Amino acid sequence: MDSPILRASGITRTYGARTAVDDVSFELWPGEVLAVVGESGSGKSTLLNCVSARLKPDAGKVEFLTRHEGVVDVHAMSEAARRLLARTDWGYVHQNAAEGLRMDVSAGANVGERLMALGERHYGRIRSEASDWLTRVEMDAGRIDESPRNFSGGMRQRLQIARNLVTRPRLVFMDEPTSGLDVSVQAKLLDLLRSLTRKYSLAAVLVTHDLAVARLLAHRLMVMKAGRVVETGLTDQVLDDPQHPYTQLLVSSVLQP
Amino acid sequence: MSAPAIRVQGLSKKFVLHNQGGAELPVLEHVDLEVAPGECVVLDGPSGSGKSTLLKCLYANYRANTGTVHIREGDTETELGSATPRELLRLRRDTVGYVSQFLRVIPRVPALDIVAEPLVDDAGDDPEKVREAQRLAKNLLLRLRIPQRLWFVPPATFSGGEQQRINIARSFIKPRPILLLDEPTASLDADNRVTVVSLINEARERGAAIVGIFHDARVRDSVATHVVNMTRPL
Repeated sequence: MDSPILRASGITRTYGARTAVDDVSFELWPGEVLAVVGESGSGKSTLLNCVSARLKPDAGKVEFLTRHEGVVDVHAMSEAARRLLARTDWGYVHQNAAEGLRMDVSAGANVGERLMALGERHYGRIRSEASDWLTRVEMDAGRIDESPRNFSGGMRQRLQIARNLVTRPRLVFMDEPTSGLDVSVQAKLLDLLRSLTRKYSLAAVLVTHDLAVARLLAHRLMVMKAGRVVETGLTDQVLDDPQHPYTQLLVSSVLQP
Repeated sequence: MSAPAIRVQGLSKKFVLHNQGGAELPVLEHVDLEVAPGECVVLDGPSGSGKSTLLKCLYANYRANTGTVHIREGDTETELGSATPRELLRLRRDTVGYVSQFLRVIPRVPALDIVAEPLVDDAGDDPEKVREAQRLAKNLLLRLRIPQRLWFVPPATFSGGEQQRINIARSFIKPRPILLLDEPTASLDADNRVTVVSLINEARERGAAIVGIFHDARVRDSVATHVVNMTRPL
């Protein structure tokens, strides 16, 4: 257990003449939540896409510690192997839940689908597992047959989280999971994410522009500006004692309610 | 005399305000300090003399500019400035507790769970250990006179004194070998102040190394084994 679950080394990605992510490296340990913060255009989403194998970096390597087969280079894997990994041992929570859900099938089918990717075929077991997961994300299991179209933004986000966690992934990528929701819904969801990451010892890379979200969920913080990491440390170190001029600006710009 | 649990050598800390024309605020200069197990060192000095800053450096919340802070666990010492984030997190979980003046409220989590959390996190899947954590949390809440009707309510709406007692209970529930206390009695009434003094003395008697800031002279006199006077750097 004593090695990182994810290691990114020298990740670089350019779009034409613009370098979106410039030589970023980090390690993530099992059970650890790392927040990547920075303003729009700082490269944090591109970085997330590169490390979650949704986008191929121009340079650099992403290594993942699998359950049974040791460390794999995720960009060197076959497409099929990478897809299987993404559907089982990884989760990806999109900002817009509709991107992470299938809107044309029921809530239960959304959760069950990832179980079927693991080879589960028994309808009763899939349904009871799906119902169990709806409860765990504090949804009414009685709505298992409804379409996510009927759900509010907060409920869709819960459903997306259930869909991701049902296969018990060890690593979850989250892209602004709570922005775009009402503040009251946001607080509930943050609390849910906080308890789920602790309960299941999830490792997570969380992209957010909201420093309060980072404070609540993340052990460590990485501050990005113009594609580069300008500061990193424990979350409270970076927020309470920011060293880099940009981090100081970021921290001092937050309204304290 | 056992080996010091905390060893500070030549510690300096200044804040550089990059967005204020690079203004520099020196707060600590060449601070040396040793605290042995079973000692309670009280930091004394006027406002702005760096007492809280020193405490935060001992918790690795603030990063020192120069000098070292060594934390001992058994036969090994960890230097905070060169430790990895992972080592620091583990050190905080197992060894160094910090009580701030204010509770950082977690939305929707009830008082009892906030207090039990440090032990529940260690309990993993063992339901027996989880129950034991909750039992200890209830004992502490009783001792700190938090009415039972508040145990299952998130503390966001509690008074300052109640929030502070939740914070104290959360920090004392796990018997860590090092305790850092930043005005833990600031907004407490007389009875609760006495209770916190007992908690501190009990921790010291079981061998904890304690560094604290207390403005209340009575509290200071009833817990201190040493007093360190701090002055503002020129």
